[in-house]
Amino acid sequence: MSFINYSSREINCKIVYYGPGLCGKTTNLQYVYNKTNPEAKGKMISLAPETARTWFFAFLPLSLGEIRGFKTRFHLYTVPGQVFYDASRKLILKGVDGVVFVADSQIERMEANLESIENLRTNLAEQGYDLDKIPFVVQYNKRDLPNVASAEELKRMLNPRGVPDYEASATEGTGVFDTLKSIAKLVLTELKKGG
Amino acid sequence: MDQQMVMYEEEFKQISAICERLTREANAKAVLLIDKNGQFITSHGEVVGNLDTTSLASLAAGNVAATSGLAKLIGEKEFPNQFHEGEKDNLHLSIVAQRAILVVMFDQRSSLGLVRLRVKKTGEELAAIFNNMIKKAQSQATATPFAEITDDDIDNLFSE
Repeated sequence: MSFINYSSREINCKIVYYGPGLCGKTTNLQYVYNKTNPEAKGKMISLAPETARTWFFAFLPLSLGEIRGFKTRFHLYTVPGQVFYDASRKLILKGVDGVVFVADSQIERMEANLESIENLRTNLAEQGYDLDKIPFVVQYNKRDLPNVASAEELKRMLNPRGVPDYEASATEGTGVFDTLKSIAKLVLTELKKGG
Repeated sequence: MDQQMVMYEEEFKQISAICERLTREANAKAVLLIDKNGQFITSHGEVVGNLDTTSLASLAAGNVAATSGLAKLIGEKEFPNQFHEGEKDNLHLSIVAQRAILVVMFDQRSSLGLVRLRVKKTGEELAAIFNNMIKKAQSQATATPFAEITDDDIDNLFSE
């Protein structure tokens, strides 16, 4: 849930990047971190010691500027993608304002994508959220790799609701900011409606 | 699903005053109040200027969330208090009104006993304020400051 502070005139929102293991969630955050002005970002925290795999969460605080005198701050989180870290994923989803689903476009990861998006739906429902109602954006990542499914096929499998979706290559940065802007806009639009 | 948290000037002042008093009475180096979802609310104390409060808020919330998960595994509702002992500095974390986390950082000038004693009383005072805030937010659910923002306002955020 977003947190509005009239005293410091700040609005804080929480966005979670979800998706199967090694799909590039933390890479998305890393790219945003590298390309953002120092004054607009805080320290990036990644709980992924020794391996490239997040086991609890990665976190990046970001300031986007002011709306009507309120500083808007977005807290970007990633969850661990591996199936057996489900308990951690549930914890990170608490209080979420918007979700980005990062899909791995490689054909051999299709099943993992489907499993992960179903897991997202279940875990959100446990917290009282409906995936069909909350701000939600899908990113088809790793488009730069050779063995990828077509965007149409991915869309059909992962985005039947027709939410905003983007093709991306998080290592190169393509589509990363489009995805972020899109989810930030949806979250702010939701706030406008009165949360 | 949690209720939207809205903090008004009046409550913020009350909360800040309570945190300041706790810093003094517990001989603490710093006192921080954090939303359970990891959003920083306020802080007091001599070392606050050197602390990365945003990171601290997010990690403390993650820690409390994980510990609550552990509690549920053994049939407890939650572990309302946690203590982390370092060589010089220590952290005491406690859950307030199921919505916030009170973090006290202290060294040898204080003691765990004193901190626990002061935190208990402070926690009750903060809980009363938080419960009021939640009631207020529920009764004023439609009065969001963002009701009047336009699509252009949102677009302007991304114009650079």
